[in-house]
Amino acid sequence: MATTPARDAERFGLRPMGVRPAFVPYLQQLWQRRYFIWTFARAQVDAGNSQTRLGQFWQVLNPLLNALVFFFVFGVLLQTRKGVDNYIAFLVTGVFIFTYTQKSLISGSKSIAGNLGLIRALHFPRAVLPLAATLQELLQLGISMGVLAIIVMATGEFPTWWWLLLPFALALQTLFNAGMALIIARLTARVLDVGQLLPFAIRTWLYLSGVFYSMQVFAARFPDWFQVLLYANPAAVYIELVRDLLLDSYTSPPWAWAIGAAWALLFSSFGLYYFWRAEETYGRG
Amino acid sequence: MADPVPTVIVDDLNVVYRVWGAAPRQGGNSPVDALRRIAKRESSPVRREVHAIRGVSFTSYRGDAIGLVGRNGSGKSTLLRAIAGLLPANSGTVYTDSQPSLLGVNAALMQGLTGERNIVLGCLAMGLTPAEVDAKFESIVEFAGIGDFVSLPMSTYSSGMAARLRFAIASAVTHDVMLIDEALATGDAEFQRRSEERIKELRGEAGTVYLVSHSLGVVRQTCNRAIWLDAGRIVADGEVHEVLDAYVASVK
Repeated sequence: MATTPARDAERFGLRPMGVRPAFVPYLQQLWQRRYFIWTFARAQVDAGNSQTRLGQFWQVLNPLLNALVFFFVFGVLLQTRKGVDNYIAFLVTGVFIFTYTQKSLISGSKSIAGNLGLIRALHFPRAVLPLAATLQELLQLGISMGVLAIIVMATGEFPTWWWLLLPFALALQTLFNAGMALIIARLTARVLDVGQLLPFAIRTWLYLSGVFYSMQVFAARFPDWFQVLLYANPAAVYIELVRDLLLDSYTSPPWAWAIGAAWALLFSSFGLYYFWRAEETYGRG
Repeated sequence: MADPVPTVIVDDLNVVYRVWGAAPRQGGNSPVDALRRIAKRESSPVRREVHAIRGVSFTSYRGDAIGLVGRNGSGKSTLLRAIAGLLPANSGTVYTDSQPSLLGVNAALMQGLTGERNIVLGCLAMGLTPAEVDAKFESIVEFAGIGDFVSLPMSTYSSGMAARLRFAIASAVTHDVMLIDEALATGDAEFQRRSEERIKELRGEAGTVYLVSHSLGVVRQTCNRAIWLDAGRIVADGEVHEVLDAYVASVK
């Protein structure tokens, strides 16, 4: 019997390299790397600010300035506060929650292309990278939420028991963001041009998500079926949920929690699956 | 002697890089040209393919230390990455019994972080658990031998110090198949001696070592076998002195 490399390999129990693991073992490997995800995300946040004079204080300053700009344009110049009681708190909540999804998407899109060196040097489930990108933005959100709590209280709201539900709303949004980051990471790894289109898509999404105007007032002039689409928009749903919890005068539609949970489950599970399907191709030039 | 035990079998391996942005030196790359090509469905000259490894086959056995030699761009580093399973092959297969590991954590380290945090990050990146990192931490700091600098950001290090830290982190883990890319030519004379010793230790613990180096002296000292690559093909594969003598003769 002639020996071929494949037969030799089988005889000595060697396995082919670079083959994608099955989905469940892949998830187990990912779980084993949870400390790496955590440390990598923390390191990215700290390294990003380490060269500036104000250092980690930028993590607070950044969302604060962001809120100020939006208030100046939409609150002072354009007066879009129609039908909203506490407009400052309403606006800042919307901006911070939308920014979390926006930044997760952008970080996710860079997570494969920006870490090719790492991918070509070490073995790990590549989903570590988009997940660390999402976690990095979650850490930033934690600080933004502290700033938000102060702004909201300064505008006359009092902390209620409802505030204790905030982590659940943010957990749902995080699952959704992670799913989006995984999907966009695979798309951008294949075609870098997607990363160029992303800012335009995100800006359109921003204007449709009721960040600076009340969705109730805005949606009312459209036909019913379009109102459903507007309300089902994941970004709008998570913004509505957090506003409902934080602002006494604000009420979100009763089905917002159900839709928020559905988007979270759908996107996180599909995102993982979709990203895993191309696992062996990441790192190709 | 009993049959040698293979650790890595490379079967007709081909690796192709797709390169974007390889624009010609003159003309043909303005936005107007790009639009015209898209409209006419012509393929872009900006996209090129670089065939880095062309049909390479060989088998390495337990106890082998293999030096890869060849000119710049001959495919040595690409071959190492393909063996490690880090670069997807276009055709052909690499078979191994365990996960070959590339000695290199450069990419995981961050300039803005302290040496200490980079040690933890690098070790976690290589797949250690936090408990294992704790256990190895002191010996990594000691081996790097950069003193108090370990608590300063890596951006303050000299290139030699950064290289020491990288090597100390990367060599903290032993694997059955070790792939080493030019790691020896860094640091001062004293550190080079220590890292050569460390490589010998690793060789003892590992089943098979692959070494890419332009220092032929190091390859002669460390390896028993050499593979000479040129333009992605194997020119010679055999006993280290024979292959290196032929390589040196061809370069002169």
